[in-house]
Amino acid sequence: MKVQQVSVFLENKSGRLAEVTRVLARAGINIRALCIADTSDFGILRLIVNDVDKAMTVLKDNDFTASKTDVVAVEVPDTPGGLSRILDILEHHAINVEYMYAFVERSSDNAIIMFRFDDNDKAIATLSAAGITILKGEKVYSI
Amino acid sequence: MIWNEHYETMPREELEALQLKRLQTTVERVYATVPFYRKKFDEMGLKPSHIKTLKDLKLLPFTVKTDLRDNYPFGLFSVPMEHVVRVHASSGTTGKPIVVGYTRRDIDTWAELMARTLTAAGIHKGDIVHNAYGYGLFTGGLGAHYGAEKIGASVIPISGGNTKRQIMIMKDFGPTALTCTPSYALHLADVAREMGLDPAKDFRLRVGCFGAEPWSENMRQQIEKTFNIDAIDIFGLSEVIGPGVSTECLEAKNGLHVFEDHFIPEIIDPKTGEPLPYGEQGELVFTSITKEAFPVIRYRTRDISSLNCEICKCGRTFVRMARVTGRTDDMLIIRGVNVFPSQIESALMQIEGLEPHYMLIVDRKDNLDTLEVQVEVNEKVFSDEVKKLEQLEKRVVRDIKELFGITCKCTLVEPKTIQRSEGKAQRVIDKRKI
Ligand SMILES: [Zn+2]
Repeated sequence: MKVQQVSVFLENKSGRLAEVTRVLARAGINIRALCIADTSDFGILRLIVNDVDKAMTVLKDNDFTASKTDVVAVEVPDTPGGLSRILDILEHHAINVEYMYAFVERSSDNAIIMFRFDDNDKAIATLSAAGITILKGEKVYSI
Repeated sequence: MIWNEHYETMPREELEALQLKRLQTTVERVYATVPFYRKKFDEMGLKPSHIKTLKDLKLLPFTVKTDLRDNYPFGLFSVPMEHVVRVHASSGTTGKPIVVGYTRRDIDTWAELMARTLTAAGIHKGDIVHNAYGYGLFTGGLGAHYGAEKIGASVIPISGGNTKRQIMIMKDFGPTALTCTPSYALHLADVAREMGLDPAKDFRLRVGCFGAEPWSENMRQQIEKTFNIDAIDIFGLSEVIGPGVSTECLEAKNGLHVFEDHFIPEIIDPKTGEPLPYGEQGELVFTSITKEAFPVIRYRTRDISSLNCEICKCGRTFVRMARVTGRTDDMLIIRGVNVFPSQIESALMQIEGLEPHYMLIVDRKDNLDTLEVQVEVNEKVFSDEVKKLEQLEKRVVRDIKELFGITCKCTLVEPKTIQRSEGKAQRVIDKRKI
């Protein structure tokens, strides 16, 4: 039920993000979702792409430090309180969110949010039990 | 293994008698043939006959790098040019290089010393030596070459550069020994991996002799693991002869045996010039006692080391100098604290996963020295979480604070952003304008 995210180390200087998107585009890889966490001197780029292994190879060939990370794609009802209900469930079960970001595309009428939990498996089990839809990797890569 | 049992295991008393005789001959020779030395001796009221015991070595004047430069190119040669069969020169980054000369016998001596060096590393006839030290005016390439030929090994005289081609040759020719600078060895490994090879499995290498730049114990471990070889530290400098001044033995890998039948080592206090006893750290000084074309008297190397006179398990009776941990002129003084880049390297290498690709940037802001340590982030230390990378930065800052009491800034940088050197690695940028 997990989705593989590609994480890339970036120095905080102009042009590095553009360079990543350029090398991926040149290899015909589509970026489905993207988020950057940064500090004053470095950033971590998190990407959901349509071809994880190819993206890893292309990035390494271009001297980027990259790794694969498991994240969870959660369908969030596009109604008021949709996200807060999910966060409440997680808090109730003492599951920490390391980070989260929204997916650009939508699945039917729902938004998709990518979560990185301290315990992904526990989060998946808990959310599924509460009737929340977790999207499979294949589905997410091809949206 | 020992190449020359007679000299390398000579009892100390006999060795010292030999050293004295050779020292006296050298002092007489330079006094008679080199105006620079004669003038210096005369100014001090010193005659060659004053050297009666080895302890009298300290009566002799020091020779420093600028003396060699001032006598550019051939002013310190002790034989007429027609007896000089070879010259080498140091890479002068500033101004004129230092030129050294060799007679036929000096070349033979040098080959003998490099034969001893390679033998101490376990290299023998039947080995294939991939010699990636630079050939040319630099002494590394030809020095190792002559030694390898003398022991009867097969030499690949590849010299430096064109790394991809080197990898191809290492894969196809199957060398069993590698000779190059330690930073170039790591560069070879990087390039091999880029070419889809595993340096630990895809080569036949068994051993490497690395020198010509300071490196650390941790870097040794990394090279040994990366290539699955024994990595031996070798030492030399062109002013003294080139490589072949001292070497570690495979048996102990703990300190470099100085070929004392050819060179007398001393450790001095770099500030006062006073000789220091065995075990104390200071500046390494060499006097050559067999060289003909370019003898040196008490040459101050600016290298920081110490001497250990304990008997080694390999059977050699020669003293061992500690791995050179830095140079008196590499030494950075940051907020009044003496800092050797190699000490910082050791600290970084204690951190699991970090590679010795770092850069130190020293600056001065508001009259206060600042130190920035740039470290490359590889896959082993990378994390998708900001806090984990921040922990890595904090760890570097804390470890350096513990070591020197200096608070530095640690900056994580992308791989390959720190220059890989094929010769001596540039580790420090000092922006201070004092
Ligand atoms: Zn030994």
